[in-house]
Amino acid sequence: MQLAVLLGFVLAASAPLLNRWFGQQASFVLALFPASIAAWLLTQADVVIGEGPLLLEWQWVPSLGISLTFMLDGLSLLFGLLICVIGTCVLIYAGGYLRGSPDMARFHLAILGFMMSMLGLVMADGLLTLFVFWELTSVTSYLLIGFNHTDLASRKSARQGLFVTVAGGLALMGGLTLLGIAGGAWSFSEILAGGEDLRQHALYTPMVICLLLGAFTKSAQFPFHFWLPNAMAAPTPVSAYLHSATMVKAGIYLMARLSPELGGTGLWITTLSLVGAVTMLTGAFLAIHHTNIKKLLAYSTIMALGTLTMLLGIGTDYAMTAFVTFLLAHSLYKGALFMVAGILDHETGTKDVSAMGGLRSSMPVTATIACVAALSLSGVPPLFGFIGKELMLEAVLGAEGFAALLIVMAFASAVLTIAVAAIIALRPFFGERRQTPKEPHEAPFSMLLGPGLLAAISLALGLAPALLGGDALLTAAASSVVGTRLDVSLSLWYGVNTALILSIVSLALGFLLFKRWDGVRGRLSILAPIQRRGPEAGFDASLRGIERFAEWQTRILQNGYMRNYILVMLVVLIALIGQSILVRHSPLLDFSLDVRFHEIIVVGTMAMGALFATVSRSRLGAVVSVGIMGFSIALIFILFSAPDLGITQLLVETLTVILLVLVLFRLPRFSNLSTSLERIRDGATAAAMGVLIFLLIITAWSIDQFEPISTYMVENSAPLAYGRNIVNVILVDYRALDTLGEMFVLALAAIGVIAMLKLRHVTPGEGKASGTGKPAVKEEPYDG
Amino acid sequence: MVKSGTIILNTAARFLMPLQLMFSVFLLLRGHDEPGGGFIAGLVAAGAFTLYLFAFGVSATREVLRMLDPRDLIGAGLLLGMISIVPAWFMDQPFLTAQWWTIPVIDFKASTPLIFDVGVYLAVLGSVIGMVMALMEVDKDEP
Repeated sequence: MQLAVLLGFVLAASAPLLNRWFGQQASFVLALFPASIAAWLLTQADVVIGEGPLLLEWQWVPSLGISLTFMLDGLSLLFGLLICVIGTCVLIYAGGYLRGSPDMARFHLAILGFMMSMLGLVMADGLLTLFVFWELTSVTSYLLIGFNHTDLASRKSARQGLFVTVAGGLALMGGLTLLGIAGGAWSFSEILAGGEDLRQHALYTPMVICLLLGAFTKSAQFPFHFWLPNAMAAPTPVSAYLHSATMVKAGIYLMARLSPELGGTGLWITTLSLVGAVTMLTGAFLAIHHTNIKKLLAYSTIMALGTLTMLLGIGTDYAMTAFVTFLLAHSLYKGALFMVAGILDHETGTKDVSAMGGLRSSMPVTATIACVAALSLSGVPPLFGFIGKELMLEAVLGAEGFAALLIVMAFASAVLTIAVAAIIALRPFFGERRQTPKEPHEAPFSMLLGPGLLAAISLALGLAPALLGGDALLTAAASSVVGTRLDVSLSLWYGVNTALILSIVSLALGFLLFKRWDGVRGRLSILAPIQRRGPEAGFDASLRGIERFAEWQTRILQNGYMRNYILVMLVVLIALIGQSILVRHSPLLDFSLDVRFHEIIVVGTMAMGALFATVSRSRLGAVVSVGIMGFSIALIFILFSAPDLGITQLLVETLTVILLVLVLFRLPRFSNLSTSLERIRDGATAAAMGVLIFLLIITAWSIDQFEPISTYMVENSAPLAYGRNIVNVILVDYRALDTLGEMFVLALAAIGVIAMLKLRHVTPGEGKASGTGKPAVKEEPYDG
Repeated sequence: MVKSGTIILNTAARFLMPLQLMFSVFLLLRGHDEPGGGFIAGLVAAGAFTLYLFAFGVSATREVLRMLDPRDLIGAGLLLGMISIVPAWFMDQPFLTAQWWTIPVIDFKASTPLIFDVGVYLAVLGSVIGMVMALMEVDKDEP
């Protein structure tokens, strides 16, 4: 299985090549891949359903305990099948939708990459593996939402989706880490099997908050729901895939996966059922505002996601049965409806449902598919959606907390959803014929196959739920969500009960709402000012805030003045190291001086050089004095028998002088920029730095905590490394990795200097990218 | 600043450069046992080229370097540094373990640290003369 996922990534990378070989048929060829994974999953279904979770181990980095283990249990199986089956449909559909598009290869690459990330996500056993795949879905979905990358709105939506889901991903990482610490294991199979009761753990509350933040952002729960409708900027096959069955269900999957271990507490029940219910109602309510068919579907998806979250929150056995059923039903009809929406857009040239009408005669097959899927959406027997909705209402009626509140919200959103379903299925296809931008005609076979298949499954599962292994699959899935075995046996008819009555009433009210939709929409436009201040406005405001903050701190920190950089660095260094030295070590100041005459001469020369460099009024004079200092240091190295260091110091000093000479006469005239107050400040900083280094040396001298490692190097340099020059042996053998790193630093610095010098006189005046208004070329330190 | 044009510097540079380069190779090879090594040798070689640059200017130095751009030297140095990692992999030893071979006829001890040191040499040489040449070309191009 791991191999299949990795192979999928390879296949994604080779999609451009396949497109060249197979041309327009590439979609069919690629669709074989998810189809075969689906077939394999079906062969494993018996094992999983009969014998429990299947653990596919694959050690990756055994020395670090990192493994790429996959766990296939009922929940993963259900999700995996959805991902692969709908993936197959979408790939074939996209072959028709994007026919002739030059970006076909890019689409295949991104969607296959996404498919595999999603498959890895639902199969991952390791917490970290799950996180990696989770982030991969965020990245690939960013590429898919922003597929029309020349469109500004599309890019903005993609960025918004990325920011919201990745911010949630950050919270998720925290949550998973806490889970790993609290559970004492880093894999789901161990945590789920472990006897530890995480609900009593001290870290329970922060852990649940972090995990839920991750799940809520991914699954577009209120108040993070705003990114999903905007993500409709993606091509329709992407919406059909990401926003019906996969991407947005990742958060749902995570909550379902953790539910047996973390669920059932007050926090869990309250948060999930209330957030879910609010999301459900918000989604359904906002849906009827829109005439854009994709937005309608997006909001109705938000409604469904809210419902699923709410069911997880209610958490009774009945709710869990409803959860898996509703999940399957929603994925089937929503995938089909999105694809129908794409067909309408493709064939009529508009996404506005109010501009369509009477298309039934020219697109009979599409109309049939749309009606079947929409009936499933509105929960009309004998479709599978009916069973899902019945169970949902029944579960809400049996909720342990907030039952009255939840039932009102569920009923309201059911009414609204039925109106939405009617708008989507009836408005474009029935009524009087309207003129559309393009002359409509039936979609090609490749575009009808996918939605047709999904609608047919909806119908078949509704007529005979036990057929096609529906019961068995859902039993396995529900058992994984509950944690113990839970038998699901679905049937179309549960007898006359409250849920059925609610269902019938909602159908009538929903149809009434559909009839008066145009009027209602007009009246709802009063609410527009409130919506402008919704969570999306908050998101935009925070983005602007980040930009402003970045500008402000860049102006302060990256001001382009070398002297300010140095000042900041030195002050920080003095504060941090000085504090540590004074507080922790209290340096001993008693030491005996044992200096020779020639040493005093050398040090005296050095001090003179330093002094002259600061007071000199000519640049050349200052350079020479600094040079004198450098050569004196070299002399000290040689006196204390470190010839290598001495030679290096001499050479570096020489080259520094040469480089300084090269730039010296290019500098502006020597002038006094600082006020005397600034000079005193600079002098004080310099003196403090000197004192700090002095204290540092004294402290290092008086502390003898560790055995010096140099003895080992001295002793082993000749026998082990075959070299008598220890400095060189350290550089190229003991510490070769450090040296390698330094080589790269040196090379980067050199390339940077070369690039800046060359750039400057190719395009003079340009390159003010930093926006500080300062010269683009900054001073570079020249010593390697 | 393009070139000095004085006879003394020109003559000195013409004779000193090959000597300095030879000396740098000498420093490089003996570095494992005596003072020297890739870094120092690279700086000495850079000094040789810098002297030549001051005497004859950038374009003449480019001719001496033939096809070699300083940037390519940097790249070659980094590449050699990376190559010296590879043998230890094939020996199934930890990362960067030094490998030693003796070449029989001339009794020369070849090793991955030597390859690594040559890499350091080239990277230092390329970086320094790259920067110096870039600085001097700025002068040349501006009136």
